[in-house]
Amino acid sequence: MRPEHSADSPLSIHAMTVAYHRKPVLWDVDYDAKPNRLIAIVGPNGAGKSTMIKACLGLAPRASGQVEFWGESYRRARSRIGYVPQRESVDWDFPVSALDVVCMGRYRRIGWCRPVSRSHKEAGLECLERVGMRSLAGRQISQLSGGQQQRVFLARALAQEADLYFMDEPFAGVDAATERAIVDVLRELKSQGKTVIVVHHDLQTVPEYFDEVILLNMRVVASGSVNEVFTEENLHKTYGGRLTLLSEAAEAIARAAGGA
Amino acid sequence: MIEFDIGVDLFPLLAGTLAAITCGLLGNFLVLRRLSLMGDAISHSVLPGLVIAFLIASTRNPLVMFAGAAIAGVVTVVLVELVKRLGRVEPGAAMGVVFSVLFAFGVLLIEKAAARSVDLDADCVLHGQLETLFWIGAPERWVDLFSWSTLDAAPRQVVVLAIMCFLSVVFIAALFKELRIAAFDPAMATAQGFNPTLMHYVLMIFVASATVASFEAVGSILVIAMLVCPAATARLLTDRLRSQIVFSVIIAAATGILGYFAATAIPGLFDRGSVNAAGSMAMVAGFILSVAIVLAPRHGVVVRVWRRRRLGRSVAVDDLIAALYRAEERGMSGLSRAGIRNALVGRAADNALARVRRRGLVDEREHEIVLTPDGRRAAAALVRRHRLWERYLVDQAGLPVDHVHETAEELEHVDVTPAPAQGQGLDPHGRLIPDEDADLDGASAGHR
Repeated sequence: MRPEHSADSPLSIHAMTVAYHRKPVLWDVDYDAKPNRLIAIVGPNGAGKSTMIKACLGLAPRASGQVEFWGESYRRARSRIGYVPQRESVDWDFPVSALDVVCMGRYRRIGWCRPVSRSHKEAGLECLERVGMRSLAGRQISQLSGGQQQRVFLARALAQEADLYFMDEPFAGVDAATERAIVDVLRELKSQGKTVIVVHHDLQTVPEYFDEVILLNMRVVASGSVNEVFTEENLHKTYGGRLTLLSEAAEAIARAAGGA
Repeated sequence: MIEFDIGVDLFPLLAGTLAAITCGLLGNFLVLRRLSLMGDAISHSVLPGLVIAFLIASTRNPLVMFAGAAIAGVVTVVLVELVKRLGRVEPGAAMGVVFSVLFAFGVLLIEKAAARSVDLDADCVLHGQLETLFWIGAPERWVDLFSWSTLDAAPRQVVVLAIMCFLSVVFIAALFKELRIAAFDPAMATAQGFNPTLMHYVLMIFVASATVASFEAVGSILVIAMLVCPAATARLLTDRLRSQIVFSVIIAAATGILGYFAATAIPGLFDRGSVNAAGSMAMVAGFILSVAIVLAPRHGVVVRVWRRRRLGRSVAVDDLIAALYRAEERGMSGLSRAGIRNALVGRAADNALARVRRRGLVDEREHEIVLTPDGRRAAAALVRRHRLWERYLVDQAGLPVDHVHETAEELEHVDVTPAPAQGQGLDPHGRLIPDEDADLDGASAGHR
C-alpha cells in the first residue's frame, strides 16, 4: 500500500491512465474515495466516465497506474464490490426471469458448479422487494419496461451485498417511479455505511442526491464534497470545451500507433 | 411400412440420435450468444486438425483425434477474433473467411495424405457413414439386448458418441449458472470472477469434440443442423433457459428417431430405396423448426396473426357502437346497415354487426340498428375516453385541435384514460364528454 492512500478508503486510484487501442481516454487519474459517501462522476460525453469505473473493475485495460480497494487489490476485494452496468450492455431478449437476473448477483457467494439454492432465491426476492418489483419476479425480462429493467439491475447489485458499489448511468432514461426507487436505495445503502460511485448525467440533481462529486474530462478536473467543488467555475472548466491540446496529443498517439 | 431390424437399424439409430442430442444440447449456448455460425465454422475447421493429428501420430485413436480437434477449435476461435479485430470486418465475415480457408486446407492435406494411401475421406466427413454401422450376429429379440455382450458389439463410433453425450450433459449441468451469466452479461461474469473468455473456449472445445465424435457416423451436415435447429426451435417454445435446454434435448432426440425412419419410410412410399439417414435427420430438424415458427405458442406466426385479427375485430366492434352513439347525439335513433358500412369503411361491417348483436349491445328493428342500454353504456365509456384523450392531447401535449381526432381514435382502444380536467365537460371540438357512469337516461333522453 502506498503511504498517501489509506486502508480506510474504499477506492484509491493512483496515476491511472486508460487507453483504447493506444488512444488515451483518461489521463493520470488520482483519486481517494472517503468511506460512506454517495459520489457522482460528472462530465461531458466522451469524458471517460464509464471508462473510469470499468478500469477500476478491470473491465477496461489500464495503461498504467494502480487501483486499490481498502488497500487491497481488486482480486482480493472482489466480493465486497458491486457493479451496475449500463442497461444497454446486455441482451434483454435473453430467456431468463427478473429473479434469475437478480440471483446472478449471488453467484460468487454460491460458488462454482453449485445450483442457486432456495435461500439465495429468497434473498433475491427480498432485493426485488426493496426496489418495488417483487410482484414481477417471474416475468421474462423482455416484458419489463426500461425503468423496471434498470430496477432489476439495481436489485442484482443489492443481492451482491457489497460495501462499495459502482453504477453506470442508472438514471439514464428511467421513469419518475424508478428514479425515486433508485434514490431510496442510494440513501438506504448510505445509512448502512456503504459507498456508492455513480456515473451521473443530470447536473440539476447532483446536490440533491450526492455528497461528493468527481468532475471528469479526460482527467479529474476537481473532486471533493459537492458544496466545495460543484461550483460554476469548476463546471465551466469541465464542460467548457475539450482540452484541445490533450485530445490532439491523444489523436497523434493513436495515429502514430496505427490505430483509429 | 416401417420395419426394425436390430442388426441393421439399432446402431445407426443410436449413433444418429446420440449425435443429435449432443449437438442440440451444446447448440443452446451458441444460439443464445448469437454465435450459431461458430458451430458451422468449427465443424469445418476441425478437418485440418484431424488430418494433422493423424499425420503426426499415424493412428485414428479417438483420443488423438479429439486432441487434434480441440486444438483446431481453439485456433479457429483465436483466428476469428484476430481477423475481426485486425481485418476490421463483422464477426460473420470473419467466421466465414476462417472456416472456409481452414476447411480447404484440410481437403488439400487429405489429398496429399491420400497419395501416401491414408484412409481419410472428405466425402465421409460431409455425409457420414451411418449405414455402415450394422451389427453382424445381432440378437433377434429385444430382450436379448440386455446383456454385456451388447456393449462389446457396439461399434467404436457409438461408444465414443455415448461418452461425448454424457460429458456434454455433465458439462452443461455442472456449469449451468456460469454459462448463463457468461452468455447474458460477460462484464458481470468478469466482475464476479467467472471468466467468460475461458467459458467461451471450453464451450468451443466441447463443440469441436462433439463435431469429431459425430463426423464418422453422421457427417458435418447433421452436426451443423443440430447445433442450430433444436436450440432455435426450443427458444420459440419457452422464455426460460432451463426449459429451453430440456426442450432442445427432446427435440433433438425426436429429430434423430423421426429422421432415421423417414429415411426409409418416405422414399418407400414412392417405391424407391432409402436415402442417407443423416441428411434425412437434418431435413426433419429444419421441418420441426418451420413448424415451430408457424405454430409456437407466444412467438409463432399463427398466434401473432390471430392476436392482430382479434385486436382488429375488437376495434371494429368499438367503432361500430361509437358510431351509433354519435348518431344518437345528432338526434338520430340509430343507423341503417348502409350507415354502419359507411362508418366502418374497409372493414367487415356485417361481421362486426353480428358480433355486437350476439353480445347484446345493439338491436335491429325495422331496418335500423339501435343501441341497447348495455351497448349505450359501453359506447359512452368509449366516447368518453376518446374525448378525454382529445382534451389531453390539446391541453397537455400541445397538439392543434384539428390534429387530435386520428390519434384519439387509436388511443380510445387502449386501456388507459387520462384524468378529466377540473370543470371541463367539453372536448376540444365543443362536444360533451360523457360522464363516468354514463347517465343512460340523459344520453338517450331525446330518442325514446
